[in-house]
Amino acid sequence: MAVKRLILNFPAHLVDQPVTYQLIRKFDLRVNILRARITPREEGRLMVEVSGRKSSLEAGLGYLAELGLAVEPLAREVTWHQERCIECSACVSICPTGALSVERSAMHVSFLGDKCIACELCVHVCPYKAMEIVF
Amino acid sequence: MAKTIQEINEKIQQGKAVVFDAEEIIELVKQKGYKKAAAEVDVVTTGTFAPMCSSGAYFNIGHSNPRIKLGGGRVTLNEVPVYTGFAAVDLFLGATALPDDDPRNRIYPGRFAYGGAHVIEDLVAGKDVRLTAQAYGTDCYPRRQLDTWIRLEDMNEAVLFNMRNAYQNYNVAVNLSNHVIHTYMGVLQPKMRNATYCSAGQLSPLLNDPYYRTIGMGTAIFLGGGVGYVVGSGTQHNPTVPRGENGVPRMGAGTLCVTGNLKEMSDRWLRGASFTGYGTTLAVGIGVPIPILDEEILRYTSVADADLVAQVVDYSGAYPNCLPGSLGEVSYAKLKSGSITVNGQKVKTAGLSSYVRAKEIATILKQWIQSGSFLLTQPSVPLPSADSGIQFRPLEERNVSDKTAAVGL
Repeated sequence: MAVKRLILNFPAHLVDQPVTYQLIRKFDLRVNILRARITPREEGRLMVEVSGRKSSLEAGLGYLAELGLAVEPLAREVTWHQERCIECSACVSICPTGALSVERSAMHVSFLGDKCIACELCVHVCPYKAMEIVF
Repeated sequence: MAKTIQEINEKIQQGKAVVFDAEEIIELVKQKGYKKAAAEVDVVTTGTFAPMCSSGAYFNIGHSNPRIKLGGGRVTLNEVPVYTGFAAVDLFLGATALPDDDPRNRIYPGRFAYGGAHVIEDLVAGKDVRLTAQAYGTDCYPRRQLDTWIRLEDMNEAVLFNMRNAYQNYNVAVNLSNHVIHTYMGVLQPKMRNATYCSAGQLSPLLNDPYYRTIGMGTAIFLGGGVGYVVGSGTQHNPTVPRGENGVPRMGAGTLCVTGNLKEMSDRWLRGASFTGYGTTLAVGIGVPIPILDEEILRYTSVADADLVAQVVDYSGAYPNCLPGSLGEVSYAKLKSGSITVNGQKVKTAGLSSYVRAKEIATILKQWIQSGSFLLTQPSVPLPSADSGIQFRPLEERNVSDKTAAVGL
């Protein structure tokens, strides 16, 4: 099974389209909506985790492209500024998915973008502004 | 086999000193035992890199032409107010100072994006900082206003002065309430869903010399990336708390007051920090060398995380209301494992003190000593220890009955 975490950018004219419904019904994909937002200019942003057969996932992504949605990988929206991180581990206990973790003997902190669901909890917990999330 | 600091310094100068850091020494003692290790090792280096709010710096910015008397006036650096109650151009900047227009916690929880600690970090990084001043003007200092860029290299003196640092042990913070709280120990989730701690444990300076046998006034140390000195015991120094069989305090105890030339420091080891809902503070890198003068000192430095304990304190009730007592005692080995058990509940842990950076400091200090560029110091005055009777006291508030009484006249 293939899994992708994506940001779907809806232009104003597509905001009222039942896109996730179509992904589920037509392409047999599991869609887990992580976050959703409509900007004041009526553009929509949806953060989703989509999973299913590889071929279905590709077909589903093709459908989104055809509709005119801009699709970006979630990882691009989340930045761990390693040079600002002092590896204190303050963020680790608050991260719900284990994207931020500690290698226990030497206590090195690491960030795995693939596991991040951009909940932003770490952003306000990090005293050194090492985590940045744009959504 | 007792050694003296002078003998160790001679070995350092000859490039023959045997130096271990406080993590490596644990393994060496396991292999060779106390006696052999004490005979072999000359110095054990320690390290800590953690936030400490009682940090600050003082500056002499040089005289403008015409002269201005900043003493009694108002001065800001990057809009952060500094203390001016000195002579004409001496200033003190504290880590927690905030710009006047920072909303603080009016919009809760406040972000505290930039404060005194960040100004110190920017100065150390070599950045230009904007200095503005308003003064009242005198015959000898006629000028009333200043608005200029200034950087560290322009100043006559720039000195880090932390009245309290390197806490010997500290609380483990939890939150028993039903809502999120924002503290200097970080964001604490309700119903004890996380716990935070703040010590480098087995690498922490004062945990490796629990009775301060080798650390005192004048001790040369790694401070903020340069060489600094211990001024004496820090504020809230509290050496008479309960100790374990190994002599190590089981809760917050001793502290150090430290100072050093800011111009020799680096922004890798002095970092401004913003604690959501709390304020700004400065993360300070400190490393203290411990001369192995005898077997007892070696024994102290070989203490491991499993032998060091801290008290779990509720920051939603007990801490703010000064209620004594602890929810339990946990070891640093457990804290570093990622979870502890408190009142039967498994609680995830997070550190505020960087163990990785503490190890790096201990390693740098070790290299300085091995290369002969750093010599040990005989303290001129010891720190008050467990037998001093010194106890940290609360403020006793007294009734002000006559509110119109003249004050200070």
